[in-house]
Amino acid sequence: MKYNHRSSSYLTLFVMSLKVRLAHVLHRRTALKRGVRDAFGSPMLVLLAGMVAYGSVAHQQGFDPWVTSLGSVFIFALPGQVVMQEMVIAGAPLISVVLAVLLTASRFVTMSITLMPQFQHRDRGPLLYLFVHLVAMTSWAVSMRTFPSLRAKDRLPYFAGFATAVWLVSFPGTFAGYWLSEEVPGWMGYGLALINPLFFLLSFVELRSRTSLVAVLLGLILGPVTYLWDPTSSLLVSGLLGGTLAYWGVKVWGRGHS
Amino acid sequence: MSLGTSIVALILCALVTYACRAAGVMLSSRVSQTSEIFLWVSCVTYAMIAALTSRMIFLPSGVLATVPVWARLVICGVAIVIMHFGRRNRMVGALAAGVALVCTYAYWFQ
Repeated sequence: MKYNHRSSSYLTLFVMSLKVRLAHVLHRRTALKRGVRDAFGSPMLVLLAGMVAYGSVAHQQGFDPWVTSLGSVFIFALPGQVVMQEMVIAGAPLISVVLAVLLTASRFVTMSITLMPQFQHRDRGPLLYLFVHLVAMTSWAVSMRTFPSLRAKDRLPYFAGFATAVWLVSFPGTFAGYWLSEEVPGWMGYGLALINPLFFLLSFVELRSRTSLVAVLLGLILGPVTYLWDPTSSLLVSGLLGGTLAYWGVKVWGRGHS
Repeated sequence: MSLGTSIVALILCALVTYACRAAGVMLSSRVSQTSEIFLWVSCVTYAMIAALTSRMIFLPSGVLATVPVWARLVICGVAIVIMHFGRRNRMVGALAAGVALVCTYAYWFQ
């Protein structure tokens, strides 16, 4: 009798743990679906427009269609792709092409550093080395905005859903842009070229943290100035200078006013 | 420019770009979301992204370069105002307004 009672309580415990596990999985699946749903709409449109515009420029400059489209899949960073294409066409030595691309990609180091600690501790395993390839301007900007409203355990599935959906358009977008470059009317190309920077500019409007806003303002001013001074190191210099000034300035200002 | 060179360049550029992303994951394992380092690194990232954005608007490489700076600024300003005062789907509205304006400009003046 006693044994029976104990086994039934074990069974209840087992069923309860299964239910908890199931609820956990279902919740994460909901977060993943939400990520996919959020990707459809302006983020996907923005990425698609950028890729179509890049593909059509690559066609006009006589770059190979497969190298162009696979670049969108494996580099998945338009500024780096543009730098690579322009330098290869100009006949620059390979080492300088790689160094220039490395400098434009340096932003990914800090982008991943700021994104990864927001995931649940259990999710911060080797799988992140797979998902990190999907970190790009769009997925970073949207994640930084959405993560505070999500529970830590829902953030990785949300990011995976969002970023995979956006990444999957990169190949068809670039390929279509390459072959449609002569079909797209000239005036439409202007819209395709503007939509990317405009999206990033508009996502800054949603920032609530004063420190981040100051960093953005300094970056907006320093970007073109440092580019005219030295195009290759421009991003790194404006990021380090603008970011440090904003961090330090708001800290000192806050201390003086408290 | 030979196809071989472009393929080698593509592979190397993909590798260094991934290396930067992976380096971020590696370095992030010691960073906590509440630390001062996290705050500083996010400031640096915001400044970098803002720098890239403003370069794409002020010193564009493609067709946008033929639109005068004042027109680019007015278009971005209108989109920011819509974004700031808009309510539902304000991002879509602001983007659509900006794209419509630049396309109209190109249609009439280019």
